[in-house]
Amino acid sequence: MGKMTIDDLKKIKEQTSEETSLRHGAANVKITVHMGTCGIAAGAREVMNALMAEMGQTERQDIRVMASACLGMCSSEPNVTVAVEGEEPIVYQHMDANKMRQVFRRHVLEGEVQTDFALARG
Amino acid sequence: MKELALHILDVAENGITAGADRICITVKQDPAENRLEISIADNGRGVPEDVMKRITDPFYTTRTTRRVGLGLSLFENTARRCGGSMTIDSEPGQGTRVTATFVHDHIDRPPLGDMAGTLMTLIYSNPEGDLVYRRQSGDGEIVIDTKQVRKQFNNRPITDPDVFRHLMKQMEQIKTER
Repeated sequence: MGKMTIDDLKKIKEQTSEETSLRHGAANVKITVHMGTCGIAAGAREVMNALMAEMGQTERQDIRVMASACLGMCSSEPNVTVAVEGEEPIVYQHMDANKMRQVFRRHVLEGEVQTDFALARG
Repeated sequence: MKELALHILDVAENGITAGADRICITVKQDPAENRLEISIADNGRGVPEDVMKRITDPFYTTRTTRRVGLGLSLFENTARRCGGSMTIDSEPGQGTRVTATFVHDHIDRPPLGDMAGTLMTLIYSNPEGDLVYRRQSGDGEIVIDTKQVRKQFNNRPITDPDVFRHLMKQMEQIKTER
């Protein structure tokens, strides 16, 4: 191995900080499935189960999934909020297992907001 | 709700919201008595006395986002409709137990349904907490305890892929049932 350059050091620094942030479980994407009575009656469990299956197939360690209570918009349940770090959160409405898979693959993994299913921004 | 498993999910989520880190769900089927009993117990903060008085009133809720609270009133209604009843025992600071009974072969009784889906959702959405599921029937007893599962894997988190896969395997013994 030759002499280390500043660039090499920078690379090592970047790599280490990336690994450390993964180890400490920094979340870049938060997915919230709203599971109030209204959400559950409308099919939130199937949405959550589809999301769990997708999570099982990805190598990404920076995605957090959580369940929360009702948003107050019961008529558009099941609702799912996707919050990507540094971007406005998107609330999706009338979700089902298929739409959840699409939102996960396109929005969460590729950053492309699925406007067809979106209810609101922010 | 189309399934009793969805009521169970709903009531158990209340426990998680109340800060519980241990939820015990028991489903007891007694063929001799033609009875089905479901109980959901948590170690959350419990229900204050004044709230308890109105807890099954659909127009009462502690939330501010909307003016109705349907979870427990729906569950109670389902139990009553099926020749049974629902009781809530709570000790502030200790936890809450919701018990509902049903006439097992009542024509209006919803199926128990996809309990595995309910349990996986509860476990995944509350990975720090523990969950025990007991299914008792004439054929014997099935017990799934996430604490035991984590112990087998040296207390690795439940969301760890190996632990999760093992848990999925255990869920196979729970069948979607009537």
